[in-house]
Amino acid sequence: MIHASPETAAISATAAATAAAALASRPAIELINVSRRFISPEGKVIPALRDFSMAVHPEEFCAVVGPTGCGKSTTLSLITGLAKPSAGEVRIDGNIVSGIDPRIGFVFQADAVFPWRNVLDNVAAGPVFRGLPKPQAMDMARDWIRRVGLAGFEAHFPHQLSGGMRKRVALAQTFINEPGILLMDEPFSALDVQTRALMQEELLNLWSVNRASVVFVTHDIEEAIALADRVFVLTKGPATVKAVYEIDLPRPRRVAEARYTPRFIELSRQIWSDLREEVQI
Amino acid sequence: MSSTNSIELEQEIARVEEAAQAAISRRWQLVYALRIGLLVVTLGGWELAGRLQWIDPFFFSMPSMIADQIWVWATEGTSQGPLWEQVLVTLEETVLGFLIGAAGGIVCGILLGRNKLLADVFSIYIKVANSIPRVVLGSIFIIALGLGMASKVALAVVMVFFVVFGNAFQGVREADKNLIANALILGASQRQVTYSVVLPSAMSWILASLHVSFGFALVGAVVGEFLGSRQGIGLLIATAQGSFNAAGVFAAMIVLAVVALAAEFLLTRLENLLLKWRPPQFSDMSA
Repeated sequence: MIHASPETAAISATAAATAAAALASRPAIELINVSRRFISPEGKVIPALRDFSMAVHPEEFCAVVGPTGCGKSTTLSLITGLAKPSAGEVRIDGNIVSGIDPRIGFVFQADAVFPWRNVLDNVAAGPVFRGLPKPQAMDMARDWIRRVGLAGFEAHFPHQLSGGMRKRVALAQTFINEPGILLMDEPFSALDVQTRALMQEELLNLWSVNRASVVFVTHDIEEAIALADRVFVLTKGPATVKAVYEIDLPRPRRVAEARYTPRFIELSRQIWSDLREEVQI
Repeated sequence: MSSTNSIELEQEIARVEEAAQAAISRRWQLVYALRIGLLVVTLGGWELAGRLQWIDPFFFSMPSMIADQIWVWATEGTSQGPLWEQVLVTLEETVLGFLIGAAGGIVCGILLGRNKLLADVFSIYIKVANSIPRVVLGSIFIIALGLGMASKVALAVVMVFFVVFGNAFQGVREADKNLIANALILGASQRQVTYSVVLPSAMSWILASLHVSFGFALVGAVVGEFLGSRQGIGLLIATAQGSFNAAGVFAAMIVLAVVALAAEFLLTRLENLLLKWRPPQFSDMSA
Protein backbone atom coordinates (compact mmCIF):
# COMPACT_ATOMS: atom_id res chain seq x y z
CA MET A 1 0.00 0.00 0.00
CA ILE A 2 2.88 2.31 0.85
CA HIS A 3 4.81 1.96 -2.44
CA ALA A 4 1.81 2.10 -4.74
CA SER A 5 2.36 2.17 -8.53
CA PRO A 6 0.89 5.23 -10.37
CA GLU A 7 -2.13 3.33 -11.75
CA THR A 8 -3.11 1.68 -8.44
CA ALA A 9 -2.63 5.05 -6.83
CA ALA A 10 -5.05 6.52 -9.35
CA ILE A 11 -7.55 3.74 -8.69
CA SER A 12 -7.30 4.10 -4.96
CA ALA A 13 -7.66 7.87 -5.37
CA THR A 14 -10.98 7.42 -7.19
CA ALA A 15 -11.98 4.83 -4.62
CA ALA A 16 -11.14 7.31 -1.91
CA ALA A 17 -13.15 9.98 -3.70
CA THR A 18 -16.25 7.78 -3.91
CA ALA A 19 -15.71 6.73 -0.30
CA ALA A 20 -15.46 10.40 0.66
CA ALA A 21 -18.67 11.14 -1.26
CA ALA A 22 -20.38 8.26 0.54
CA LEU A 23 -18.99 9.57 3.81
CA ALA A 24 -20.31 13.06 3.14
CA SER A 25 -23.82 11.76 2.54
CA ARG A 26 -23.68 9.24 5.38
CA PRO A 27 -24.92 10.66 8.69
CA ALA A 28 -22.42 10.91 11.53
CA ILE A 29 -25.05 9.85 14.04
CA GLU A 30 -28.14 7.83 13.23
CA LEU A 31 -30.95 6.62 15.44
CA ILE A 32 -33.21 4.31 13.42
CA ASN A 33 -36.64 3.41 14.84
CA VAL A 34 -35.20 3.29 18.31
CA SER A 35 -37.26 2.39 21.35
CA ARG A 36 -35.96 2.45 24.86
CA ARG A 37 -37.72 1.02 27.86
CA PHE A 38 -36.57 1.18 31.43
CA ILE A 39 -37.21 -1.71 33.75
CA SER A 40 -37.90 -0.47 37.25
CA PRO A 41 -36.43 -2.42 40.22
CA GLU A 42 -39.89 -3.99 40.73
CA GLY A 43 -39.82 -5.26 37.14
CA LYS A 44 -42.26 -2.73 35.65
CA VAL A 45 -41.70 -1.37 32.16
CA ILE A 46 -41.32 2.40 31.75
CA PRO A 47 -41.13 3.54 28.10
CA ALA A 48 -38.81 6.51 27.44
CA LEU A 49 -38.46 6.56 23.63
CA ARG A 50 -40.85 5.13 21.04
CA ASP A 51 -39.99 4.54 17.42
CA PHE A 52 -37.53 7.39 17.48
CA SER A 53 -35.48 8.32 14.41
CA MET A 54 -33.03 11.10 13.84
CA ALA A 55 -29.89 11.63 11.80
CA VAL A 56 -27.10 14.13 12.36
CA HIS A 57 -24.83 14.91 9.41
CA PRO A 58 -21.08 15.37 9.79
CA GLU A 59 -20.18 18.80 11.19
CA GLU A 60 -23.83 19.56 11.84
CA PHE A 61 -25.04 21.20 15.05
CA CYS A 62 -28.39 19.71 16.08
CA ALA A 63 -30.45 20.78 19.04
CA VAL A 64 -33.15 18.67 20.67
CA VAL A 65 -35.95 20.40 22.55
CA GLY A 66 -38.86 18.76 24.27
CA PRO A 67 -40.97 18.76 27.40
CA THR A 68 -39.32 17.91 30.70
CA GLY A 69 -38.88 14.19 31.28
CA CYS A 70 -39.78 13.19 27.71
CA GLY A 71 -36.59 11.21 27.16
CA LYS A 72 -34.26 13.84 25.66
CA SER A 73 -31.33 12.72 27.76
CA THR A 74 -32.05 9.09 26.91
CA THR A 75 -31.21 9.77 23.27
CA LEU A 76 -27.77 10.92 24.39
CA SER A 77 -27.08 7.89 26.59
CA LEU A 78 -28.03 5.69 23.63
CA ILE A 79 -25.48 7.44 21.41
CA THR A 80 -22.75 7.11 24.05
CA GLY A 81 -23.42 3.41 24.40
CA LEU A 82 -23.93 3.78 28.15
CA ALA A 83 -27.50 2.59 27.47
CA LYS A 84 -28.64 0.05 24.90
CA PRO A 85 -31.78 0.46 22.77
CA SER A 86 -34.62 -1.99 23.48
CA ALA A 87 -35.40 -1.98 19.77
CA GLY A 88 -33.93 -0.31 16.69
CA GLU A 89 -30.39 0.69 15.83
CA VAL A 90 -27.99 3.41 16.85
CA ARG A 91 -25.13 4.03 14.43
CA ILE A 92 -22.06 6.25 14.52
CA ASP A 93 -20.45 6.79 11.09
CA GLY A 94 -22.49 3.83 9.88
CA ASN A 95 -21.28 1.39 12.55
CA ILE A 96 -23.66 0.06 15.18
CA VAL A 97 -22.77 1.41 18.61
CA SER A 98 -21.29 -1.14 20.98
CA GLY A 99 -19.64 0.35 24.02
CA ILE A 100 -18.29 3.85 24.41
CA ASP A 101 -16.92 5.29 21.19
CA PRO A 102 -13.63 7.16 21.77
CA ARG A 103 -14.70 9.89 19.31
CA ILE A 104 -17.48 10.97 21.66
CA GLY A 105 -17.27 13.98 23.94
CA PHE A 106 -20.00 14.63 26.51
CA VAL A 107 -20.82 17.73 28.51
CA PHE A 108 -23.12 17.06 31.46
CA GLN A 109 -25.91 19.12 32.95
CA ALA A 110 -24.59 18.86 36.49
CA ASP A 111 -21.01 19.52 37.45
CA ALA A 112 -19.08 16.49 36.31
CA VAL A 113 -15.58 17.82 36.81
CA PHE A 114 -13.69 15.85 39.45
CA PRO A 115 -13.86 17.90 42.66
CA TRP A 116 -10.67 16.34 44.09
CA ARG A 117 -8.56 17.33 41.10
CA ASN A 118 -7.34 20.82 40.35
CA VAL A 119 -8.16 22.47 37.02
CA LEU A 120 -5.00 21.24 35.30
CA ASP A 121 -5.48 17.61 36.35
CA ASN A 122 -9.16 17.80 35.44
CA VAL A 123 -8.48 19.00 31.92
CA ALA A 124 -5.61 16.53 31.47
CA ALA A 125 -7.84 13.63 32.62
CA GLY A 126 -8.93 12.49 29.16
CA PRO A 127 -5.48 12.23 27.54
CA VAL A 128 -4.05 10.61 30.70
CA PHE A 129 -6.88 8.03 30.77
CA ARG A 130 -6.16 7.34 27.12
CA GLY A 131 -2.51 6.62 27.86
CA LEU A 132 -0.72 9.81 26.79
CA PRO A 133 2.48 10.37 28.83
CA LYS A 134 1.80 12.74 31.70
CA PRO A 135 4.11 15.64 30.67
CA GLN A 136 2.54 15.81 27.19
CA ALA A 137 -0.96 15.63 28.63
CA MET A 138 -0.12 18.49 31.01
CA ASP A 139 1.18 20.63 28.15
CA MET A 140 -1.98 19.98 26.16
CA ALA A 141 -4.11 20.77 29.20
CA ARG A 142 -2.30 24.07 29.79
CA ASP A 143 -3.00 25.03 26.18
CA TRP A 144 -6.72 24.20 26.49
CA ILE A 145 -7.03 26.01 29.80
CA ARG A 146 -5.66 29.09 28.06
CA ARG A 147 -8.10 28.64 25.17
CA VAL A 148 -11.12 28.66 27.47
CA GLY A 149 -9.76 31.72 29.26
CA LEU A 150 -8.77 30.12 32.56
CA ALA A 151 -5.00 30.74 32.42
CA GLY A 152 -3.76 31.33 35.95
CA PHE A 153 -6.36 29.04 37.52
CA GLU A 154 -4.50 25.77 36.85
CA ALA A 155 -3.93 25.00 40.52
CA HIS A 156 -7.46 25.91 41.67
CA PHE A 157 -9.89 23.25 42.82
CA PRO A 158 -13.41 23.27 41.35
CA HIS A 159 -15.00 24.48 44.59
CA GLN A 160 -12.86 27.61 44.33
CA LEU A 161 -14.34 28.50 40.92
CA SER A 162 -17.67 30.03 39.89
CA GLY A 163 -20.30 27.96 38.08
CA GLY A 164 -19.35 29.51 34.73
CA MET A 165 -15.66 28.78 35.28
CA ARG A 166 -16.44 25.17 36.18
CA LYS A 167 -18.34 24.90 32.90
CA ARG A 168 -15.28 26.21 31.07
CA VAL A 169 -13.23 23.50 32.76
CA ALA A 170 -15.82 20.95 31.60
CA LEU A 171 -15.62 22.31 28.03
CA ALA A 172 -11.81 22.16 28.00
CA GLN A 173 -11.94 18.66 29.50
CA THR A 174 -14.23 17.57 26.66
CA PHE A 175 -12.60 19.41 23.75
CA ILE A 176 -9.05 18.30 24.64
CA ASN A 177 -9.99 14.81 23.38
CA GLU A 178 -10.89 16.42 20.05
CA PRO A 179 -14.26 14.67 19.82
CA GLY A 180 -15.76 14.08 16.40
CA ILE A 181 -19.13 13.72 18.07
CA LEU A 182 -20.14 16.13 20.76
CA LEU A 183 -23.11 15.40 23.00
CA MET A 184 -24.40 18.01 25.40
CA ASP A 185 -27.10 17.46 27.98
CA GLU A 186 -28.54 20.85 29.02
CA PRO A 187 -24.98 21.94 29.78
CA PHE A 188 -25.78 25.55 30.62
CA SER A 189 -29.16 25.17 32.34
CA ALA A 190 -27.71 25.65 35.83
CA LEU A 191 -26.05 28.97 34.92
CA ASP A 192 -27.47 32.45 35.31
CA VAL A 193 -28.71 34.19 32.14
CA GLN A 194 -25.64 36.40 31.53
CA THR A 195 -23.15 33.58 32.08
CA ARG A 196 -25.22 31.31 29.88
CA ALA A 197 -25.00 33.77 26.97
CA LEU A 198 -21.21 33.98 27.39
CA MET A 199 -20.88 30.21 27.50
CA GLN A 200 -22.98 29.80 24.35
CA GLU A 201 -20.65 32.21 22.58
CA GLU A 202 -17.65 30.29 23.92
CA LEU A 203 -19.12 26.99 22.75
CA LEU A 204 -19.72 28.29 19.22
CA ASN A 205 -16.11 29.56 19.10
CA LEU A 206 -14.71 26.21 20.19
CA TRP A 207 -17.01 24.35 17.81
CA SER A 208 -16.10 26.55 14.83
CA VAL A 209 -12.56 25.16 15.08
CA ASN A 210 -13.43 21.61 16.14
CA ARG A 211 -16.40 21.11 13.76
CA ALA A 212 -17.76 18.07 15.57
CA SER A 213 -21.23 16.71 14.87
CA VAL A 214 -23.25 17.98 17.80
CA VAL A 215 -26.40 16.87 19.58
CA PHE A 216 -27.35 19.55 22.06
CA VAL A 217 -30.24 18.73 24.37
CA THR A 218 -31.98 21.68 25.97
CA HIS A 219 -35.39 22.82 27.18
CA ASP A 220 -34.60 26.39 26.15
CA ILE A 221 -35.98 27.12 22.66
CA GLU A 222 -33.94 30.29 22.20
CA GLU A 223 -30.74 28.51 23.13
CA ALA A 224 -31.55 25.82 20.57
CA ILE A 225 -32.17 28.37 17.79
CA ALA A 226 -29.13 30.47 18.67
CA LEU A 227 -26.75 27.52 18.49
CA ALA A 228 -28.09 24.94 16.06
CA ASP A 229 -28.35 24.23 12.34
CA ARG A 230 -31.40 22.07 12.93
CA VAL A 231 -33.79 21.84 15.85
CA PHE A 232 -35.65 18.61 16.64
CA VAL A 233 -38.87 19.07 18.59
CA LEU A 234 -39.93 16.01 20.59
CA THR A 235 -43.35 14.99 21.84
CA LYS A 236 -44.00 14.32 25.48
CA GLY A 237 -42.80 10.93 26.73
CA PRO A 238 -42.41 8.32 25.38
CA ALA A 239 -40.81 10.70 22.92
CA THR A 240 -40.93 10.68 19.15
CA VAL A 241 -39.81 13.43 16.77
CA LYS A 242 -42.66 15.87 16.30
CA ALA A 243 -41.02 18.34 13.92
CA VAL A 244 -37.63 19.37 12.57
CA TYR A 245 -36.72 23.01 11.91
CA GLU A 246 -33.88 24.19 9.67
CA ILE A 247 -32.29 27.20 11.32
CA ASP A 248 -31.15 29.37 8.41
CA LEU A 249 -29.52 32.09 10.45
CA PRO A 250 -26.07 32.92 8.99
CA ARG A 251 -22.84 31.78 10.63
CA PRO A 252 -20.67 32.83 12.34
CA ARG A 253 -23.42 33.85 14.72
CA ARG A 254 -23.18 36.34 17.50
CA VAL A 255 -25.58 34.80 19.98
CA ALA A 256 -26.26 38.08 21.74
CA GLU A 257 -27.27 39.83 18.47
CA ALA A 258 -28.93 36.97 16.59
CA ARG A 259 -31.54 36.83 19.33
CA TYR A 260 -33.17 40.08 18.19
CA THR A 261 -33.39 39.43 14.42
CA PRO A 262 -36.93 39.02 13.01
CA ARG A 263 -36.11 35.56 11.63
CA PHE A 264 -35.02 34.38 15.08
CA ILE A 265 -38.23 35.62 16.66
CA GLU A 266 -40.33 34.00 13.95
CA LEU A 267 -38.58 30.62 14.43
CA SER A 268 -38.92 30.94 18.15
CA ARG A 269 -42.68 31.52 17.80
CA GLN A 270 -43.14 28.54 15.46
CA ILE A 271 -41.25 26.13 17.68
CA TRP A 272 -43.02 27.34 20.78
CA SER A 273 -46.46 26.82 19.21
CA ASP A 274 -45.38 23.27 18.36
CA LEU A 275 -44.03 22.59 21.81
CA ARG A 276 -46.89 24.21 23.69
CA GLU A 277 -49.28 21.39 22.82
CA GLU A 278 -46.83 18.94 24.37
CA VAL A 279 -46.22 20.73 27.62
CA GLN A 280 -49.87 21.52 28.35
CA ILE A 281 -51.08 19.97 31.58
CA MET B 1 -16.23 66.45 49.91
CA SER B 2 -16.30 62.90 48.65
CA SER B 3 -12.69 62.22 49.75
CA THR B 4 -13.44 63.28 53.32
CA ASN B 5 -16.52 61.08 53.14
CA SER B 6 -14.50 58.09 52.06
CA ILE B 7 -11.93 58.66 54.82
CA GLU B 8 -14.71 58.84 57.36
CA LEU B 9 -16.18 55.66 55.94
CA GLU B 10 -12.85 53.87 56.25
CA GLN B 11 -12.46 55.00 59.83
CA GLU B 12 -15.99 53.85 60.54
CA ILE B 13 -15.25 50.42 59.04
CA ALA B 14 -12.00 50.16 61.04
CA ARG B 15 -13.89 51.02 64.25
CA VAL B 16 -16.60 48.44 63.57
CA GLU B 17 -14.03 45.78 62.75
CA GLU B 18 -12.04 46.50 65.89
CA ALA B 19 -15.17 46.26 68.01
CA ALA B 20 -16.22 43.00 66.30
CA GLN B 21 -12.78 41.45 66.79
CA ALA B 22 -12.73 42.48 70.42
CA ALA B 23 -16.17 40.90 70.90
CA ILE B 24 -15.02 37.67 69.27
CA SER B 25 -11.91 37.41 71.44
CA ARG B 26 -13.95 38.24 74.57
CA ARG B 27 -16.31 35.42 73.73
CA TRP B 28 -13.46 32.97 73.37
CA GLN B 29 -11.97 34.06 76.68
CA LEU B 30 -15.34 33.38 78.27
CA VAL B 31 -15.55 29.92 76.67
CA TYR B 32 -12.07 28.98 77.88
CA ALA B 33 -12.76 30.30 81.39
CA LEU B 34 -15.99 28.28 81.55
CA ARG B 35 -14.23 25.15 80.28
CA ILE B 36 -11.54 25.41 82.95
CA GLY B 37 -14.15 26.29 85.56
CA LEU B 38 -16.20 23.20 84.70
CA LEU B 39 -13.12 20.99 85.01
CA VAL B 40 -12.14 22.51 88.37
CA VAL B 41 -15.67 22.19 89.76
CA THR B 42 -16.03 18.56 88.64
CA LEU B 43 -12.63 17.36 89.85
CA GLY B 44 -12.77 19.56 92.96
CA GLY B 45 -16.26 18.30 93.82
CA TRP B 46 -15.12 14.70 93.41
CA GLU B 47 -12.05 15.26 95.59
CA LEU B 48 -14.11 17.07 98.22
CA ALA B 49 -16.81 14.41 98.27
CA GLY B 50 -14.13 11.77 98.75
CA ARG B 51 -12.32 13.62 101.51
CA LEU B 52 -15.58 14.38 103.37
CA GLN B 53 -16.53 10.68 103.03
CA TRP B 54 -19.73 11.48 101.08
CA ILE B 55 -18.53 8.80 98.71
CA ASP B 56 -16.14 6.02 99.66
CA PRO B 57 -12.75 6.73 98.04
CA PHE B 58 -11.99 3.00 98.27
CA PHE B 59 -14.66 2.30 95.65
CA PHE B 60 -14.82 5.58 93.73
CA SER B 61 -11.28 6.89 94.24
CA MET B 62 -10.33 10.57 94.11
CA PRO B 63 -8.45 12.73 91.58
CA SER B 64 -5.46 13.04 93.94
CA MET B 65 -5.24 9.25 94.35
CA ILE B 66 -5.44 8.79 90.59
CA ALA B 67 -2.70 11.35 90.04
CA ASP B 68 -0.58 9.57 92.66
CA GLN B 69 -1.15 6.24 90.94
CA ILE B 70 -0.09 7.63 87.53
CA TRP B 71 2.97 9.20 89.14
CA VAL B 72 3.96 5.93 90.80
CA TRP B 73 3.46 4.03 87.53
CA ALA B 74 5.46 6.59 85.61
CA THR B 75 8.38 6.80 88.05
CA GLU B 76 8.56 3.35 89.66
CA GLY B 77 6.87 1.25 86.98
CA THR B 78 3.87 -1.04 87.26
CA SER B 79 3.72 -4.53 88.73
CA GLN B 80 4.24 -5.89 85.22
CA GLY B 81 7.09 -3.61 84.11
CA PRO B 82 7.57 0.06 83.12
CA LEU B 83 4.43 2.03 82.16
CA TRP B 84 5.72 3.04 78.73
CA GLU B 85 6.19 -0.63 77.88
CA GLN B 86 2.52 -1.31 78.64
CA VAL B 87 1.47 1.67 76.56
CA LEU B 88 3.71 0.55 73.73
CA VAL B 89 2.35 -3.01 73.74
CA THR B 90 -1.27 -1.83 73.69
CA LEU B 91 -0.47 0.76 71.04
CA GLU B 92 1.26 -1.82 68.86
CA GLU B 93 -1.75 -4.16 69.06
CA THR B 94 -4.10 -1.28 68.35
CA VAL B 95 -2.18 0.08 65.38
CA LEU B 96 -1.62 -3.35 63.82
CA GLY B 97 -5.28 -4.27 64.26
CA PHE B 98 -6.35 -0.89 62.95
CA LEU B 99 -4.16 -1.07 59.84
CA ILE B 100 -5.12 -4.64 58.94
CA GLY B 101 -8.81 -4.10 59.68
CA ALA B 102 -8.97 -0.79 57.82
CA ALA B 103 -7.12 -2.13 54.77
CA GLY B 104 -9.37 -5.19 54.68
CA GLY B 105 -12.48 -3.07 55.15
CA ILE B 106 -11.52 -0.67 52.36
CA VAL B 107 -10.64 -3.43 49.90
CA CYS B 108 -13.78 -5.47 50.61
CA GLY B 109 -15.97 -2.35 50.66
CA ILE B 110 -14.78 -1.24 47.25
CA LEU B 111 -14.95 -4.75 45.81
CA LEU B 112 -18.54 -5.26 46.94
CA GLY B 113 -19.51 -1.68 46.19
CA ARG B 114 -18.35 -2.05 42.58
CA ASN B 115 -19.87 -5.49 42.06
CA LYS B 116 -23.64 -5.72 42.46
CA LEU B 117 -23.73 -9.53 42.43
CA LEU B 118 -21.07 -9.92 45.12
CA ALA B 119 -22.87 -7.29 47.19
CA ASP B 120 -26.24 -9.05 46.90
CA VAL B 121 -24.70 -12.41 47.82
CA PHE B 122 -22.56 -11.26 50.74
CA SER B 123 -24.73 -8.51 52.25
CA ILE B 124 -26.89 -10.91 54.27
CA TYR B 125 -23.89 -12.64 55.84
CA ILE B 126 -22.19 -9.37 56.63
CA LYS B 127 -25.35 -8.21 58.38
CA VAL B 128 -25.36 -11.39 60.45
CA ALA B 129 -21.66 -11.15 61.28
CA ASN B 130 -22.06 -7.49 62.15
CA SER B 131 -24.86 -8.22 64.62
CA ILE B 132 -22.71 -10.61 66.68
CA PRO B 133 -21.30 -8.77 69.69
CA ARG B 134 -17.72 -8.86 68.49
CA VAL B 135 -16.11 -8.54 71.90
CA VAL B 136 -17.24 -12.10 72.60
CA LEU B 137 -14.97 -13.25 69.79
CA GLY B 138 -12.07 -12.24 72.07
CA SER B 139 -12.49 -15.47 74.04
CA ILE B 140 -12.28 -17.54 70.86
CA PHE B 141 -9.18 -15.67 69.72
CA ILE B 142 -7.45 -16.20 73.06
CA ILE B 143 -8.22 -19.92 72.94
CA ALA B 144 -7.06 -20.19 69.34
CA LEU B 145 -4.18 -17.71 69.23
CA GLY B 146 -2.89 -17.76 72.79
CA LEU B 147 -2.08 -15.05 75.32
CA GLY B 148 0.35 -13.23 73.01
CA MET B 149 -0.18 -10.27 70.74
CA ALA B 150 -1.95 -12.16 67.93
CA SER B 151 -5.23 -12.63 69.78
CA LYS B 152 -5.47 -8.90 70.62
CA VAL B 153 -4.63 -7.86 67.10
CA ALA B 154 -7.28 -10.27 65.79
CA LEU B 155 -9.92 -8.77 68.06
CA ALA B 156 -8.95 -5.23 67.05
CA VAL B 157 -9.12 -6.25 63.37
CA VAL B 158 -12.63 -7.58 63.78
CA MET B 159 -13.71 -4.43 65.61
CA VAL B 160 -12.33 -2.16 62.90
CA PHE B 161 -13.20 -4.18 59.80
CA PHE B 162 -16.98 -3.86 59.86
CA VAL B 163 -17.04 -0.15 60.53
CA VAL B 164 -14.59 0.66 57.74
CA PHE B 165 -16.19 -1.86 55.41
CA GLY B 166 -19.65 -0.40 55.94
CA ASN B 167 -18.49 3.13 55.23
CA ALA B 168 -16.30 2.21 52.26
CA PHE B 169 -19.20 0.27 50.74
CA GLN B 170 -21.61 3.16 51.27
CA GLY B 171 -19.04 5.64 49.96
CA VAL B 172 -18.59 3.63 46.77
CA ARG B 173 -22.34 3.36 46.30
CA GLU B 174 -22.76 7.10 46.77
CA ALA B 175 -20.12 7.92 44.13
CA ASP B 176 -21.67 10.35 41.66
CA LYS B 177 -22.99 8.48 38.61
CA ASN B 178 -22.27 11.52 36.45
CA LEU B 179 -18.62 11.56 37.48
CA ILE B 180 -18.28 7.87 36.62
CA ALA B 181 -20.00 8.37 33.26
CA ASN B 182 -17.78 11.38 32.58
CA ALA B 183 -14.62 9.40 33.33
CA LEU B 184 -15.79 6.52 31.12
CA ILE B 185 -16.52 8.84 28.21
CA LEU B 186 -13.20 10.66 28.70
CA GLY B 187 -11.62 7.26 28.10
CA ALA B 188 -11.09 5.70 31.52
CA SER B 189 -11.02 1.92 31.94
CA GLN B 190 -13.03 0.32 34.76
CA ARG B 191 -9.81 0.11 36.74
CA GLN B 192 -9.05 3.79 36.20
CA VAL B 193 -12.61 4.62 37.23
CA THR B 194 -12.09 2.74 40.50
CA TYR B 195 -8.79 4.46 41.27
CA SER B 196 -9.49 7.96 40.07
CA VAL B 197 -13.22 8.40 40.67
CA VAL B 198 -14.65 5.83 43.07
CA LEU B 199 -11.81 5.77 45.59
CA PRO B 200 -11.47 9.56 45.93
CA SER B 201 -15.21 10.06 46.30
CA ALA B 202 -15.45 7.31 48.90
CA MET B 203 -12.45 8.82 50.69
CA SER B 204 -14.39 11.21 52.90
CA TRP B 205 -16.63 8.33 54.04
CA ILE B 206 -13.64 6.10 54.66
CA LEU B 207 -11.76 8.73 56.62
CA ALA B 208 -14.80 9.43 58.77
CA SER B 209 -14.93 5.73 59.66
CA LEU B 210 -11.20 5.68 60.42
CA HIS B 211 -11.80 8.26 63.14
CA VAL B 212 -14.37 6.09 64.86
CA SER B 213 -12.66 2.81 64.25
CA PHE B 214 -9.34 3.75 65.82
CA GLY B 215 -11.27 3.99 69.07
CA PHE B 216 -12.75 0.55 68.35
CA ALA B 217 -9.29 -0.88 67.70
CA LEU B 218 -8.21 0.42 71.08
CA VAL B 219 -11.26 -1.19 72.70
CA GLY B 220 -10.44 -4.46 70.95
CA ALA B 221 -6.83 -4.45 72.13
CA VAL B 222 -7.70 -3.51 75.72
CA VAL B 223 -10.56 -6.00 76.02
CA GLY B 224 -8.30 -8.68 74.57
CA GLU B 225 -5.68 -7.91 77.20
CA PHE B 226 -8.37 -7.85 79.82
CA LEU B 227 -9.49 -11.35 78.88
CA GLY B 228 -6.00 -12.77 79.13
CA SER B 229 -2.51 -11.47 78.48
CA ARG B 230 0.94 -10.93 79.94
CA GLN B 231 1.34 -7.23 79.19
CA GLY B 232 -0.59 -4.09 78.25
CA ILE B 233 -2.93 -1.48 79.68
CA GLY B 234 -5.84 -3.91 79.66
CA LEU B 235 -3.92 -6.21 81.98
CA LEU B 236 -3.13 -3.19 84.15
CA ILE B 237 -6.86 -2.61 84.53
CA ALA B 238 -7.54 -6.28 85.19
CA THR B 239 -4.83 -6.36 87.88
CA ALA B 240 -6.12 -3.15 89.50
CA GLN B 241 -9.66 -4.58 89.48
CA GLY B 242 -8.43 -7.83 91.04
CA SER B 243 -6.84 -5.95 93.93
CA PHE B 244 -9.80 -3.53 94.37
CA ASN B 245 -7.60 -0.63 93.30
CA ALA B 246 -10.14 1.85 91.88
CA ALA B 247 -7.46 4.51 91.42
CA GLY B 248 -5.54 2.07 89.23
CA VAL B 249 -8.54 1.54 86.94
CA PHE B 250 -9.10 5.28 86.56
CA ALA B 251 -5.39 5.90 86.02
CA ALA B 252 -5.31 3.32 83.23
CA MET B 253 -8.39 4.96 81.72
CA ILE B 254 -6.62 8.31 81.62
CA VAL B 255 -3.54 6.78 79.98
CA LEU B 256 -5.87 5.27 77.34
CA ALA B 257 -7.61 8.60 76.81
CA VAL B 258 -4.28 10.32 76.18
CA VAL B 259 -3.35 7.65 73.63
CA ALA B 260 -6.74 7.96 71.90
CA LEU B 261 -6.58 11.76 71.76
CA ALA B 262 -3.07 11.68 70.29
CA ALA B 263 -4.24 9.24 67.60
CA GLU B 264 -7.30 11.37 66.89
CA PHE B 265 -5.07 14.39 66.38
CA LEU B 266 -2.86 12.51 63.91
CA LEU B 267 -5.89 11.18 62.01
CA THR B 268 -7.36 14.67 61.68
CA ARG B 269 -4.07 15.87 60.22
CA LEU B 270 -4.10 13.00 57.73
CA GLU B 271 -7.70 13.76 56.80
CA ASN B 272 -6.97 17.43 56.13
CA LEU B 273 -4.03 16.42 53.99
CA LEU B 274 -6.06 13.95 51.92
CA LEU B 275 -9.20 16.05 51.59
CA LYS B 276 -7.66 19.41 50.80
CA TRP B 277 -9.87 19.59 47.70
CA ARG B 278 -12.96 19.97 49.86
CA PRO B 279 -14.40 23.43 50.43
CA PRO B 280 -13.41 24.73 53.87
CA GLN B 281 -15.99 23.95 56.54
CA PHE B 282 -16.79 27.17 58.27
CA SER B 283 -18.48 25.44 61.19
CA ASP B 284 -15.10 23.86 61.93
CA MET B 285 -13.32 27.13 62.53
CA SER B 286 -13.37 26.57 66.27
CA ALA B 287 -11.34 23.37 65.95
